Amino acid sequence: MSAAASPRGWDLPADLDKDPARIPDPATTAVPQGLRSEIESQMASYPDARSAALPALEAAQRVHGWCSPEAIAQVACVMGVTPASLDAVATFYDMLETEPVGEHSVYVCTNISCSLRGADELHAAIRAAADGDPAFNVRAFECLGACDIAPMASIDGVYVGPLTIADVPQLLDDVRAGRDVLPDKQLIRRSCADPEASA
Amino acid sequence: MKALLFDRIDEPGLNTLAVYESRGGYQSLRRALQMTPDGVLKELEASGLRGRGGAGFAMGKKVSFLPHGSLEKYLVCNADESEPGTFKDRELMQKTPHMLIEGLIIASYAAGTACSFIYIRGEYVQQADILDAALAEARDAGYVGERILGSEHSLSLVVHRGAGAYICGEETGLLDSLEGKRGNPRLKPPFPANQGLYQGPTLINNVETLATVPAIIRMSGAEYAKLGTETSTGTKLVSISGHVQRPGNYEIELGIPSREIIYDLAGGPPDGRTVKCWFPGGSSAPVLTAEDLDVPYDFDSLAKAGSMLGSGAIIVVDDSTPILDVAMKVAKFYSHESCGKCTPCREGTNWTVRMLERIDCGKASPMDLEIMASVQDHIIGHCLCVLGDAMAMPIGSMIAKFRDEFEAHMEHQRLRAPAPSGAVA
Repeated sequence: MSAAASPRGWDLPADLDKDPARIPDPATTAVPQGLRSEIESQMASYPDARSAALPALEAAQRVHGWCSPEAIAQVACVMGVTPASLDAVATFYDMLETEPVGEHSVYVCTNISCSLRGADELHAAIRAAADGDPAFNVRAFECLGACDIAPMASIDGVYVGPLTIADVPQLLDDVRAGRDVLPDKQLIRRSCADPEASA
Repeated sequence: MKALLFDRIDEPGLNTLAVYESRGGYQSLRRALQMTPDGVLKELEASGLRGRGGAGFAMGKKVSFLPHGSLEKYLVCNADESEPGTFKDRELMQKTPHMLIEGLIIASYAAGTACSFIYIRGEYVQQADILDAALAEARDAGYVGERILGSEHSLSLVVHRGAGAYICGEETGLLDSLEGKRGNPRLKPPFPANQGLYQGPTLINNVETLATVPAIIRMSGAEYAKLGTETSTGTKLVSISGHVQRPGNYEIELGIPSREIIYDLAGGPPDGRTVKCWFPGGSSAPVLTAEDLDVPYDFDSLAKAGSMLGSGAIIVVDDSTPILDVAMKVAKFYSHESCGKCTPCREGTNWTVRMLERIDCGKASPMDLEIMASVQDHIIGHCLCVLGDAMAMPIGSMIAKFRDEFEAHMEHQRLRAPAPSGAVA
C-alpha cells in the first residue's frame, strides 16, 4: 500500500472536515470470535481493562498481518475505545506494523555490539537475498539483547547467532520450508559463558 | 567466589518448578513468610543491595518509600532489558524464571503489594513463554494467588509483553505503556512510590534485583553485605560484548578490577588488537579508555572514573574501529528511540546525528565539534527523563577523549570531498 492510501502518519494532512471516528458500533463491526475472546480475556486480567491495548493489538496483528484500519477498528470495538487512541499506541511501538508487511519477521540487530561484529554487512546480505520475496519482513532493529551471539537476528521471535553471510541462504530456506531455523545457532540452546555457572 | 544467581544455571530443567524446588527453591519464600514484612525489609536494607537496572538505587530504601496502609499498591518488575549491550536478565528469565518469581513474591510481601506485573520486552518471545509457563506452575503450587502457603499474603501476577520501545525501560514510560498508552515518560515528582501505576503507589525493580532477593533471605542481609565492597555489595551479572573473544554473561563479585572481566573472563580483544575504548555500563555510559582498565568494577569507583556501572553491560571497542562509527551508532539509536516529548532530547539527538554525518561527508569544520559538544551540555538535565542524557554523556565523552581523531577524520574527509559548486578557492 502506498503512503498516500494509508490514512496514518505524522506527515499526512488531517481531514478536518471529517467527523472524528467514534467507538465502533458492535452491531456493525464484525470481529472474529477467536480474536474477540482473546482480547476479552486479556482485558479481564488487568485492574484497568485499557492495559490490554498492547496484547490486544499484538493479537489483532497476528490475525490480520498488520495493524490495519480494520484490525484497529475490531480492537477498538471490543475494548470500547476510539480507533484514534489505538492508532496512537500502534504508531509508537516498533513491533506493531502500521503498513502491510511480509508474514515472517526478520529483525537484524544493527546496534553497537552487533555492528562491531559485522551486522551491517549481514543486514545488507539478508535484505538482498530476501529481495522480491513478499513472505519476508526484513528490518534493521535496535539492540535485541543478545550481544553474546553477535551478529544476530530474530526470526519470528527465535534468536539465532552468531551469523555469517554464508548462513543467509539456509536461514531463508528454513523459514520458507517451515523448518526450525538454523537449529545449531539458536540462542535457546546455548550454555552460559561463565565457567563458574556450570562448575 | 560461589555463584549466587548463576549457580549451576545450565542444569537441565531448571526452568521447571520440580528442579527448582529440588535444589531448595521457594524455601526463602517460606522463611520470609514466617517473618514480618518489616523483618524482611530489614534484611533487604542490611544487604546493601543496589538496583541492578541502571540507577543503582538502594533496593531496601526503595521498598521503604512505599506508604503504609491498605492502599492499592503495585509491584512492577522491569524486564524491558533494552539498554544496548545488556542481556543478563534474558539469561536469568530463560534459565531460572522461578528465582525471579520467588524474589518478586518476597518483595511484594515486604512492600505490602497484592498486585504485580512483569513487564518484559516484546522481542523476548521465548523468554516470555518460559516465564508464563513458570508462572502457571507457581500458581498451581500455591506460590502465587490467594493466601500464599496459608499466610495472610495474597498476590496476583501478570506477565505483560511490550512491543518494542527502548523508552519503556524508563520507569514512568513503562508505567504509561503498562496502562495501555504510548510509552511517554512522566514528570517527576510525583515519583512512582507515591503515584505510579493507575495512580497508586508503585515499586519498580529490575529482574536481577528481584532475583537476588531469595539469596539474601537465605544467607541473611548481613552475610550478603560481606560480598563486594562496602558501598557496592554482592555479586553482579556482567554482560560483555563487542570486541572480546568470549562474549557472554559472567557473575562477578563487585569491586574486582575491570581488566579481570575484560581480559581474564572474556579473553580480551582479538589477537594483535588493543582496547580503544569501552562502555562500562551500557551504551548510555560515558566511554573509558585503556588507561581505565584497572578501575574496580563497582558503582562508586566507576562514577569516580567519570562513568557509571549502569546496567552492568561492558561493550569493548578495539583499535580497528573509527570512533566516529561508534558515535554514529550511539547517536542514531537515541535519535530513533527518543519519544519526542521534550525538545532538547528530540532535537538534540537528531542534530547530533546530522552533525556526525557532516563530519563524515567532509562538510564540517572544527567549530562543529564545539557546537556538538555544547548541544550535549544543553540536553543534560533538561528533560523529563534521561534518554537524552544517555546520548549526551557517551557522545560528550567521545568528543573529549578522542578530539584529535575526530579532527583528523574531519580534515581527511574535507580534503576528499568535492568542493561545493560556486565556492571561492
